[in-house]
Parts: sequence; structure tokens; C-alpha cells
Amino acid sequence: MKQFLLFISLAMFSLAQTPVTVAIRNAKLVTISGPVIAKGTVVLRNGLIEEASENATVPDGAWVIEGDGLTVYPGLIDSISNVGIAPPAPTGPVTAAITATPVAPPAPPARGPEDRPRTTSWERAADKFRSNDPRIESARNAGFTSAVIFPTTGIFAGQGAVVNLAGDNPSKMIIESPAGQYMTLTGGGGAGGARGFPSSGMGVYAYVRQIFIDLDYYERTKAAYQSNPSGKQRPAYDRALEGVKESGRLLMPATSKVEMERVIKLASELKMPFVLYGVHEGYRAASVLKQANASVLISAKWPTRPPTADPEAEEPLRTLELRESAASTPVTLNKEGVKFAFYSDGQTPAEFLKGVRLAVTRGLSHDDAVKAMTLSAAEIYGVSNRLGSIEKGKIANLVVTKGDLLTEKPAIQYVFVDGMHYVPTADGAPTPTAPQGTGRRPR
Amino acid sequence: MRFALLLLASAATYAETIFIQNATVYTVTKGTFKGSVLIEDGKIKQVGQNLAAPSGARIVDAAGMHLSPGIIDAHSHIAAGAGGINEGSVSVSSMVRIEDFVDPESVAIYRALAGGVTSANILHGSANAIGGQNRLIKMRWGKTGVEMLFDGGPPSIKFALGENPKRSGNPTPAPGGPTTVARYPATRMGVEDIYRQAFTEAKEYQKAWVDFKSGKSTVEPRRDLRLEPLVEIMEGKRLVHCHAYRGDEMLMMMRVAEEFGFRIATFQHVQEGYKIAKEMVEHGVGGSGFSDWWAYKMEVVDGIPYNMALMTSKGVMAAVNSDDAGLMRRLNTEAAKTMKYGGLTEDQALALITINPARHMKVDDRIGSIEVGKDADLVIWNKPPLSSYAVPQKVYIDGSLYFDRDTDVSSRIAKEARKKALEEKAKAQQIPPQPKKDSAPQGGPQSDEVR
Repeated sequence: MKQFLLFISLAMFSLAQTPVTVAIRNAKLVTISGPVIAKGTVVLRNGLIEEASENATVPDGAWVIEGDGLTVYPGLIDSISNVGIAPPAPTGPVTAAITATPVAPPAPPARGPEDRPRTTSWERAADKFRSNDPRIESARNAGFTSAVIFPTTGIFAGQGAVVNLAGDNPSKMIIESPAGQYMTLTGGGGAGGARGFPSSGMGVYAYVRQIFIDLDYYERTKAAYQSNPSGKQRPAYDRALEGVKESGRLLMPATSKVEMERVIKLASELKMPFVLYGVHEGYRAASVLKQANASVLISAKWPTRPPTADPEAEEPLRTLELRESAASTPVTLNKEGVKFAFYSDGQTPAEFLKGVRLAVTRGLSHDDAVKAMTLSAAEIYGVSNRLGSIEKGKIANLVVTKGDLLTEKPAIQYVFVDGMHYVPTADGAPTPTAPQGTGRRPR
Repeated sequence: MRFALLLLASAATYAETIFIQNATVYTVTKGTFKGSVLIEDGKIKQVGQNLAAPSGARIVDAAGMHLSPGIIDAHSHIAAGAGGINEGSVSVSSMVRIEDFVDPESVAIYRALAGGVTSANILHGSANAIGGQNRLIKMRWGKTGVEMLFDGGPPSIKFALGENPKRSGNPTPAPGGPTTVARYPATRMGVEDIYRQAFTEAKEYQKAWVDFKSGKSTVEPRRDLRLEPLVEIMEGKRLVHCHAYRGDEMLMMMRVAEEFGFRIATFQHVQEGYKIAKEMVEHGVGGSGFSDWWAYKMEVVDGIPYNMALMTSKGVMAAVNSDDAGLMRRLNTEAAKTMKYGGLTEDQALALITINPARHMKVDDRIGSIEVGKDADLVIWNKPPLSSYAVPQKVYIDGSLYFDRDTDVSSRIAKEARKKALEEKAKAQQIPPQPKKDSAPQGGPQSDEVR
């Protein structure tokens, strides 16, 4: 029995380790990095794209997919997500109450930057990532093969990771970590500041500034100590500063033009690369973003009138204008040459893609929209040498469709993640047996 | 960077030479007469009764109209509300800057402009003994937040005495509810103690840097954004505008400031200024307050409408401010009340909202009166500026027209039409709300939670 189990697990292991060689022949290849290849072949081996060209040779023993009438895209990337790190609350019976664990008293409110308020900069999405989040499969079914996941609570919320959206072993699904520091810049609220520092937006800005001043001081003090510790006071370890330093890139929120100007001004003081997220009023701010050479992540959750809003309430012209024009942000930024990618902003994959399609109706080309969910996202996170296009040597993440990907009901035929073949299913339904079976990841 | 941006702004706005003629000119500092003003490169080039328009200048005929300097509001909180104007979590919040949150698209700026206000000091709130750093702005409507900033004068900071700093952070718990953590101080004595503590600490900080820079100490101090502004105060590089109502508290504040070697620039509100005018003159502090707004809490019960006139007669540099986006739009009539209550002259009343607040903020070399060499911040009124019927017709800042009543009125039709079109479009698109399958909370991009 023991031996049998061992055999099974070895078999599974080996299956997972050796994706089959796949060749998609005579398909339309939307490479994103280069021109569209009207009739080309893409070969996947060992989880990588071995070749992608008009006349690539089909290797012996490869599983051949006849690509007539099929279009191959790079797998889509959701550039901000929390899939796998904040799974929906369990619906089953709560088992945690069995042991009565003593509840720690709430921490006293922060009284200044020294208390490092609302900071978990050292936390890594990669360390928290779990592969059993059902949202992974639904994202994949819609054509998303990667996501950039972040802890999102706090001023310095934590470090992101680029992950592939298929697999059983979280460690093997991680492509890059850390992928940046997720920041929020709103005050802590609480009239009179009873919930501690910082309670205002100004306070948050002051805190962020002090953190970077402290970081600079910390590094110099540490270096001086390490070069010759003898006779010197030992500097205290500061995980908040270590975490900020490690992340290498700051994701900062900015929805309106004024916020973009404000955040860009702050970011330029901090001497660390930054990416803005939100950016709904980007249609007014293209030159601001261009001038700052800023890359942006655009929320595809366009502003709408809240369903709970008072139907009698009169809204300011500015609010109406934002709702009217937010979805024109991508086409405007594209014309100006500002690099942008889309993110789901908490929406389901279907809602996300619907939002992207609205941007297409405002004049963004279909393939530019795809680029904003593939290569541009990869470039913004510095992983374009591995992800984001159909190019030799890149990770074999592909979506194969009949017709365009960004239609109301895209006909997705195959999804490949790390060269593994997945058949899209209706959300929640079990994956049916794949044709040929060979490349399917064991479940 | 900031300097470069300002230069850019200058290049764009200072193009035109303007000649305003046939106006009744209220210089404030040099009398009132029928005459003309020449604007060149954003500055007042000539002022006089018999000037000739130079060739090429744009002629603005202000016959029957009245020309005053732009109004200066020494106490405002407009255009900074997005992130909150109080960092009320701590009793010393000197590290926060209003400058970070100046919102150039706040409509309050445009409305202030339409009321003849061209500059304002945007103050931190009064939640703490030592508040945040204030920011002087000009109402350059249509420009960016950086371009709004006025580069004149030294920086300043907000202090606050009395009920607000002792009450904030100490909310009354609901009956039976959890008690909140109290923020020190809870008494007026505690407020005084906060100043002594903070400036004692700042003195040590100052010394640590002096010792390091002179080589007396090899230990480099950690830069502290909270203490730096306090050192600037002690070195006379940063002005203190202190929220205060009661005379006894203002006396305390002056004593403590003198103890640490600095002066308070102004008391804001200064409702009992008339009681301590002599001491205020000795300290050299200005008084900036309301014309007739009081009794909204216990510490304000001794307010009187004669305050400005009495302080003025005793030699206190007095000013009328708004502290309110609504009041800000009619500061001219607020100032005019001092003519009825206390008998100030027209020039004295106008000075309360022009040259005096400019002196409070040490920007009187740039703004506050119609004098050659000053910034061309001017208002053309249809009636004498202190009249209840006066309405600004044109408002210039740095020689550029930022408000024009005719343009404003005529543009309303187009704005209304655009709004109606958008509303109707939204209505047409509206579909009845459907129950959502995924009912998980969804945060906007600015919220803490992004799912």
C-alpha cells in the first residue's frame, strides 16, 4: 500500500514536471511584441515557448493543434489582484471557535511616524499565496494566466508577486517576488484622530516622507556599523524600512488629475520608481503623466452612479463628466504614449473584460487593449523578459480563441499556463477530460 | 523643480500689458483718486491720475467703476479639504503640510475669486496645540496645485489654544461604550505644557545638529520632520499664526514664546484682543479675526463688533478674515462693518482685508495695495468696494484676468446644456439595479481594500 501510494505520487510529480510538447499549427498569432502573424506556428516545450513564427517546425511527438480559424494570444495578466491571498470567507461551519485563544488587546493608536502606523511593508504576497482559491480557475477560464497579487490594507500594505494562475504548488506558481509595494494614501479617519496617526491625508504624506528619510538614515547607519561594529552603538533592526527597501517599486493611488499631480510630486521626492493606479481621470491628465514619464495601472471598474444614490440628488457636472469620459482614458493615454495596463479592481473576470471592452468602444484598438493586459503589464512589473508576448523563450502562457478575444462571448478553446493545457469550463464546473489528455495537469 | 514650474507659469501669464483707465483707484496706502493703472509683466508699473496709455497696451475702460487691490484672506481652509485639514491624532503635528493637499479644482477658489479674493493663507485646523504648516496661495483658477502656490513671504505654521486642542482626540464616549484612548492634553494647562515640551525637545534637536555640523559630535542626528519646523520658528524663519479667543490664553502664549525666544505673528480669531491690545503691541503680534461672529461656544462669549476698531486704535495691526468659504466671498462687507462699529475710515477698513493681512504674513512687499512694483492683483468693482452692492466685475492676478463676470454669466448657458445632456444620457442608459451574484464588498482605487 505504501509503495503504491509512493508510485502514485511519483507519477503525479513526473506528470507535472514534464508538460508535453505542443504545436499550434497555422493559427493567427497575435504576438503583441511584434506584428500579427496571419498564419504561423507556435511550439511549446518544457513550459516555454520554443518557437513562434510563420514556418516553425513541428517537433516529432508533439501534440498538434490544427490552428485554422484559431487565434493565439499571450495569456492575460491582471495587474492588481488579491487572488490566492484573500480567499472569500469560508461558508462552511466555523471550526476556529473550538479552542478559546486569548484575544490580544488592540494596539494603542499610533502617536507618530515612529510607531510605523498601518505598515506591513515586509509582508509578501508570495509567502501568503495559496493555490486553492477558486477564483484562480475562474480567472484562467476567462483567459487570465497570470496576476500580480498584493496585500492591500495599510499605507505600506506589503509586497506583491507575479504569479501564474495554474498549479498545485504555490512556490512553483510564483514568477517574481517582490513585484512592488502596494500603498494607500488615505487618512485613518476618526474625527479628532482618536484612531491614531495619521488621521489626515497630509499626515499620510508626512509619514511617507519620514519613512524615506528614515530609510536613508537607516541604511547609512547600518552600513557604517557593519563596516566596523567595534565600539559602535548597534542600530536597531527596522522591518518596516527593510520591507520598503526590498519592494523596489511603489504602487500609489491616484484617480483624479489633481491626485495624479499630487502623488507624482510626492513620488518624485522619494527616489524610488513608482506606478500610479486608479487613473480614471487620465483622459484629462495625459500630458501630466507623459511629462512625469509615469506608468499607470487603470482600473477597469469605471465609475458609475451608485445604485443606492438618491435619485433626486443633483450631481455636479464634474462627476457626470468623469463618468462619461473615464473609459476614454486608455485611448487618450495610448495616443500620448503613456504606458498603461488594466486591472480588475475587485471585479469578476467577466466584469473586468466588460470594462476593457468599453474602453475599446471609445477607440482603443482590440490589440492595444490586449497589450494592456499582457506586454504592458509585464513591462511595468519588469517581467517582460518572461511574460507578456508570444516570443521565443518566454513562459508558455497562451490563450487560444476562435475569433477575437475581447468579444462579449469569447470562444476560448485552450488556455496554456507554463505550457500546461487547460480547457476552459463554465465557472465552478469541473474540468472535463481534455482531448488527448496528455498535457492536462492532474487535479 | 518648484522654481522652474513657477517660472514656466510666469512666462505664460505675464505676457500682456494692460492699461486700466478712468477708474476710482483705492490704493489703500496712498489714497483714493480717479485715475489709471498700468500693468506690465504681471506687476503694477504705473499708478496715477494723468497717465497716458502706452501703445500696444490692452485698454480696459473702467469708467464709473472702482479699482481695489485684491482681497487677502488671512484665515481660510478652502481647497484643502480632500485629505482633511486637521491632523488631529497628535498634539504636535508640525510635520504635515497643507501644501500637499492644495486642490486647484476646488470650486471654492473660483467663488472666492468672484468675491474679489486673490490670495489666502490656507491654514491647518485647530485640533492641536501645534498644528501643521500653512500655505499661502493665489487664486490662479485653472492652474495646477503647484502653480497656485504663492512664492512670497516666509512659511508659517498653525498653533491653537483653548477648547479645540484640549477636546480633540478626547471624544466623549457613548454611554456604556468603549472608552477611547485619551490624547494629552485635556486641559488648558496641558496645552501650555505641550508648547514647553515641544520646544524643549526642538532645542535639543537644534543643538544636536549644531554640534554635528561643527564637528563637536560625530553622531549624525536623525532628520525629524516634526521638529524641523519648530527649529525654524525659534530661528525666526517660520511665522506662527495662533488660533485663540481668550485674553488669558493669548497672554500665556506670548510668555511661552518669549521664553523660547520667538514671537507670535498673529492671533487668529482674537475675540478678546480688545482686552489685551497693549500687551499685543508690546509683543508685536497682529490680530486677525471676524467682524461680528461670536458666541458659538463658551470661550467666544466675549466677542464684540468693536474689536477691530479698538485694536486698531491701540496700535495693533488688525485684519478681518473669513475662516469660511461662504464668508470669504463677501469679505469686503465684513470689513465695512468696522466703519459702523468703531468708526474706522474707509482706508482703515479696506486695510483690514488688504495691506494688514499682507503685513501679518510678511508679503506686503508683494501684495496688499496698489503701488508701483507690486504684483498686479486687482479687482474692478461696479460700486465702491465697501458697499453692500459692490460686485467684482474683473479680477486680475499677476496681471492676468482670472475672473470676468461677463464671461462667467455667458458661459453658464453652455454649462447647463452640457450638464443636461449628460444627465439625460445617464438616464437613458440606466437599467434597473439587479441583485449582484458576487456581493463581496468592492473598494474603489482609493480605498484601503482592493479585492
